[in-house]
Amino acid sequence: MNRAVLPLLALLVAGLFLGSLLVGPAALGLGESLRALVAGGQERDAVALVMQEVRLPRALLGLLVGAALGLSGAALQGFLRNPLAEPGLIGTSASAALGAVIALQTGLAAAHALALPAAALAGAGVSVALVAAIAGPRGGALTLILAGIAVSALAAALTALVLNLSPNPFAASEIVFWMMGSLADRSMLHVWVAAPCIGLGALLLATTGRGLDALTLGEDAAEALGVNLARLRLAVVAGVAAAVGGATAVAGAVGFVGLVVPHLLRPLVGARPAALLPASALGGAAMVLAADIAVRLIAPDRDLKLGVLTAIVGAPFFLHLIWRLRARLA
Amino acid sequence: MSVSRAASRALALALAPCLALAAPAAGAGEAAPPGPPARVVSINLCTDQLAMLLAAPGQLVAVSYLARDPRASTMPDAAMAHDITYGQAEEVFLRRPDLVLAGTYTTRATVELLRRLGVRVEELPVVESLQDVGTQMRAVGRLLGRPAEGERLAAAFEAGLAALRREVARRPRAALYYANGWTGGRASLAGEILAAAGFANVAEAGGILPLEQLLLARPELVITGEPYPGASRAEEILAHPALLPLRREGAIADAEWVCGLPGVLKAIARLGALQAEVAR
Repeated sequence: MNRAVLPLLALLVAGLFLGSLLVGPAALGLGESLRALVAGGQERDAVALVMQEVRLPRALLGLLVGAALGLSGAALQGFLRNPLAEPGLIGTSASAALGAVIALQTGLAAAHALALPAAALAGAGVSVALVAAIAGPRGGALTLILAGIAVSALAAALTALVLNLSPNPFAASEIVFWMMGSLADRSMLHVWVAAPCIGLGALLLATTGRGLDALTLGEDAAEALGVNLARLRLAVVAGVAAAVGGATAVAGAVGFVGLVVPHLLRPLVGARPAALLPASALGGAAMVLAADIAVRLIAPDRDLKLGVLTAIVGAPFFLHLIWRLRARLA
Repeated sequence: MSVSRAASRALALALAPCLALAAPAAGAGEAAPPGPPARVVSINLCTDQLAMLLAAPGQLVAVSYLARDPRASTMPDAAMAHDITYGQAEEVFLRRPDLVLAGTYTTRATVELLRRLGVRVEELPVVESLQDVGTQMRAVGRLLGRPAEGERLAAAFEAGLAALRREVARRPRAALYYANGWTGGRASLAGEILAAAGFANVAEAGGILPLEQLLLARPELVITGEPYPGASRAEEILAHPALLPLRREGAIADAEWVCGLPGVLKAIARLGALQAEVAR
C-alpha cells in the first residue's frame, strides 16, 4: 500500500472543505470570511451569520455525506465481492429517501427529532438486507443489479407517490431533490440530524475491515480464519444503513459516489478492503465537496442538484465497468 | 341529469376536439354575444374573487377550488355558495359557460382547448401594482356587464388606499421571503404594499434571493408566508436558524396580497401597524 495516499487525500479534503466555505452567491473576501467564521458573541454581524449558519453547515454536510457514501460503497463492494455494489445502484439511497419522506410527510419528523434519521435508517436497512439476502456474497453481478433496480424503482415510485399526495403544494416538486440530492440551504440542525447517524455507521463499518479482508479469500477460508460471517453481514448492513440513512435524510439520494470512489482508489491502496475503507471515506468526501462547489459555480442561482454532477461522472464510469465485465465473461 | 344524457354529453365532449379541428373557429371568431353573459365560470383565484364581488345573483356558475381554500382566498365562505371546478377544460365546458374568466398564467392548454370548443375566454393579467387593482376591478365589472358595480368597488378601494397613505419618519428595511427563497421586488403588488406601509424593500427586483444575500442585505424584518401543512424542503428555508430572529411569520395572510382585491387594504393597514412597531 502506498503510504502517502491517506495523508494526500486528507489534504485534498481539507482544501476542498475550505473551498466550499469560500464559494457562495455572496461575494465575501477571503480574510473577511475566515475571520467571520470564528467571530462570536457580540461581533456576530451579517457576514458571521452567513459563514457560520449557511456555509459552515453546507461544507460540513458535504464532508459527512461524501464520507458516508464513499465508505458504504467500499464496504458493500468488499462484502458482496462485487464491483458494481453501490448504495445508489442497489436502492439503498432511494429507500432511505422513502423513509425520510414518510417521516416528514406524516409529521413524525416534526414531532420527534430522531424520527427523521430513524425512518431513513429503517428504509436503508430494509433495502440493504433485502439485496444482501437476494444477491449475497455468492451472488453474481446480474442478481445484484436486478435486485437493485427493482428496489430502487419501487422506492422511487413510492417516494413520488407520497410527495404527490402531500397537502403541501411544494412537496411534489421536491421529488427531484429526493432523487438527485442537494446541500443548498441546509442548516446546523441538519448537521445534528445527520452527524450522529453517519458517525455510528462509520464506526460499525470500521470494524468490518479484517472480516472483509478475509472474505477476499472466499467464505470458507474466511470462516476458517475465524471470521463470523453472520456478524460481519450484520455490521455491514447496519453500518451502511446508518451511514446512508443519515446522509440521505438531509441531502437526498446522491448516486455514484460509492461506485466511483472505491474504484479510483483501489489501485492506489492495493486490493485490501480494510485499507480501502478509510481511503474511500476521504475520497467520497472529496468528491461530494467538489461536486457541491461545482454546483455553485456552474449555476449559482439554480440549485442544481448534486446527483446531476455525480451521475455525469459516474454513469460513464459505470458503463465502462459493465463493458469490462462483459469482456471478462465473454 | 339522466345517465343517457350525461353519456351523450360526454360523447359530444370527446368528439368536440375533432369537430373543432374539422370546422376551425366554430364560434371562436364570433363577436361577444350581446348583453351581459348569463353563465360565467371563473378558473383563476383572482378572477374568482372579483367575480364573486361583482356578479349578479345566479350569474356566476362556478369558481375554482382555490376560492374555497382559506389560505389562498379572502372569500372562502362566499365560495361555498358556488359550484367549483379544478380548472380542467372538460368540467368547465360541461357547465355550458358563455364566458370563462381566466388568468394569463392559467394553463395554456386549458384556455386553448376551451377556445377551440367555441367558449369565450377572457384572460386577465396578474395585478402588479396598486394602480392595477382598480383597473382590474373595473375590467371585470365591464366583462360581467356590470360596469357600475365595478366602478363602485374600484372607487371604494382607491378612497381606502388614499386614506391609508401617511408620512413615516423612518423606513425600516424589510424583505419579503417565500418558499424556495423567492422574494418580491419593488415593482410587484407585494412590493408596493410593503412600500405603502412605510417599509424599504431590501430587494430591488423579485426572483430568487439566496439566503446569504438576504442576510447580507441586513433587513430589520423578514416577512414570510404561513407554512402549508405537510412538510416541504421549499419552506424549510423560511425556518432557517439564521432567519429566526428577523422573521415575522404570517404577519400578512397570503390571501390578502396575491390578488388585487379589497383585502389589499387590510394588508397595508396591518403592515403599517408592524412598521410603527419596528421603526420605534
